[in-house]
Amino acid sequence: MRTTFINSLIELAENDKNLILLTADMGFGVFERFKEKYPNQYYNVGIAEQNLIGVAAGLAMTGKKVYVYSIIPFLTMRAYEQIRIDICYHNLDIKLIGVGGGLAYGPAGATHHSIEDLGIMRVLPNMKVFAPGDPIEAKEIFLKTYSNSYPCYIRLSKNNEPIINEKKEIFLGKANPIVIGEDIALLTCGNMLELSKKIVDITLKDHSKKISLYSFHTIKPIDEEKIKEIINKYTKVLILEEHNVYGGLYSAFMEVVGRNIDGIKTKSILPFGIKDTFSHYVGSQDFIRECYGLTRKKIIKEIVSNR
Amino acid sequence: MEKLKEYSLTARKQILKMKCISKSSHIGSAFSVIDILIYLYFRKANISDENISDIYRDKIILSKGHASAALYTTLWLKGFITDEQINNYYCDNGALPGHVDKTVSKALDLSSGSLGHGLSVAAGMGLSFKMNKLNHKIYIILGDGELNEGSIWEAAMFISSKNLDNVVIIIDSNKLQGYDLTENILEYEKMKKMWLALKFEVKEINGNSFEDLEKGLSNLSGKPEVIIANTIKGKGIKDIENKLEWHYKSPNENEYKIWLKELEDKNENNIY
Repeated sequence: MRTTFINSLIELAENDKNLILLTADMGFGVFERFKEKYPNQYYNVGIAEQNLIGVAAGLAMTGKKVYVYSIIPFLTMRAYEQIRIDICYHNLDIKLIGVGGGLAYGPAGATHHSIEDLGIMRVLPNMKVFAPGDPIEAKEIFLKTYSNSYPCYIRLSKNNEPIINEKKEIFLGKANPIVIGEDIALLTCGNMLELSKKIVDITLKDHSKKISLYSFHTIKPIDEEKIKEIINKYTKVLILEEHNVYGGLYSAFMEVVGRNIDGIKTKSILPFGIKDTFSHYVGSQDFIRECYGLTRKKIIKEIVSNR
Repeated sequence: MEKLKEYSLTARKQILKMKCISKSSHIGSAFSVIDILIYLYFRKANISDENISDIYRDKIILSKGHASAALYTTLWLKGFITDEQINNYYCDNGALPGHVDKTVSKALDLSSGSLGHGLSVAAGMGLSFKMNKLNHKIYIILGDGELNEGSIWEAAMFISSKNLDNVVIIIDSNKLQGYDLTENILEYEKMKKMWLALKFEVKEINGNSFEDLEKGLSNLSGKPEVIIANTIKGKGIKDIENKLEWHYKSPNENEYKIWLKELEDKNENNIY
C-alpha cells in the first residue's frame, strides 16, 4: 500500500503544484522518486511530530494540499492535540497517511503497533477515517479523498498486500461487498481483508457454506444503510479487525446497531480483534495474530458452530 | 504614536469591563500583551478590509490564546469585531469564547488556547509564502511561560534550519506564568540563550512601549528573529501589576469602579 500511495501521489502532484508531502523522517525506500520529481513539494521536518502537524496546518491555511506521512503511533498519538486543534478544529484539507496498521510491524514491538488509531481518529469532529484492505481500495481512497477538502486519516498496512477486489471502483462511505452469501456475514477493514477472504473461500470449499464478506474501508462516516441491511439479513455477524475491540470497526458497527435494534434478524455480533491489551509477544504479524486467536482455524470454527 | 496610546487606554478599559462582567481569568495576561497587539494591527501588519479574506496576506497569531480579551478588543477597535460581539464575551449564548476561535472574525488567523501550537503553524505559513515567493510576514506572539512547551523548540529548530525570516516571533515576557515566576520554574534566562544558539536574531525591548516596539520591529535582520518584549503583567492598574493571582482572578464591581477611575485619570502621557 505504501507503493500504491506514493504512485498515486506522484500522479496527483503532476498537475498540482500546491500538493505538498511532509514527513517526520520516514519514507526511506518509498519517497525517493517523489523527491526527485518534485523537490520543492517535499519536506522532511525531522523527528518532530508536533511540528509536523503544525507546519502542515500552516501550509493548508495558506493554500497548500498537504499529505503527512509517518508510522501510525507517532503520527496519530505523539501529535494528537495538534491533530485535534490545528487540523480538525480548523477543518483543514490535510490527509494523514499512517503506515503500519494493526500488527504490521509485529516483531518491532508494541511501541510500533497501532491498535487504538481508528478509535482515537474516529472521535475527532470533522475527521474522516479510512482503512483500505487492498491496493485497489487504497488507490481509490487516495484518488477520491484528493478531491475533497476534509481532514482524512488513511490507515495503511505496509507493502505488497495482494489484490482482493475484482472490481476497480469503490465508493467513499460505502461498505464494499466482496462476496455475497447467506446467513453469516464477515465484516472487516484494513489488513484483515486478505485473511477474511481466505476464510470465506475455505468455508465454501470445506464446509459448503457460502458466507458474505464486506470490506468496511470507510470507518467514518460509517455506512449506516449497509449496517441496517446487514442486521436485517444475517443471523450471525463476525467483525475482524487488527485493532483493539474497543473503538474500531466493531464499536462503530455497534453504535449503529444500538439505534436500530428493534426486530433485527441478527442474533450474535462477534468481535475478532485485540482484547484491550498490549502485545508482549515477539514475532511476525501472523505469529501475533495467532497469539490473539485471529486465525483462520479459530474463526472458521466460530462460523460453523451453531451458536 | 499618540493615537496608539489612546487605543491602548481604551482597550484596557474595555478589557477591565469584559473581565468584570464575565468573571473570567487572565486580565493580567491581556494587559501585558495589549500594546503589542495594538502596535501590530494598527501600525505594522497589512491587514485591512480590502485583504481580510485573502489567505495570502500578513498574519498575526496570538499563540497564548488565554489573552483573547486583548485580541478581541484590538479587533473591535479596528472594526473587525462588532459591538454586539465584544459585549458577548465568555457568557451563555455568547459570541466570543475565552480562548481564541478563528471563526469569530476573518481577521483572526488561528484558533488558540492550548499552548505551544502557534509557532509550528506560523512556520508552515512562512514556508508556504516562501514557496509562493510572497513577502508577507507572520507575526507570532508567544508567552514566556509558553516556552516551557517542547513543541515550541521543535518549531524553533525548523524555522532556524529553513531560515524562515518571514516569521517574526514576539515573546510577551511578563515574567509570570500560571503558578510562579517564569524564572523560578525553568530558568527563563537560560531559555533566552537557546534562541541565540539556534542562530535567531534576538532583540530585547520594552513591550509596553510603542516607541520600543517600533524600534524593535523596524529593520528586521533578514534572519529569523525573536523579539523579547519585556512587559508587565497587569500593566496599567497598580493593584494587579506583577501579581501572580491576577492570572486567575477577575475584578469585582468595586474593584472595577476604582480601577476604571485609575485608568480614566491616566492619559496617553502618564500611563507609561
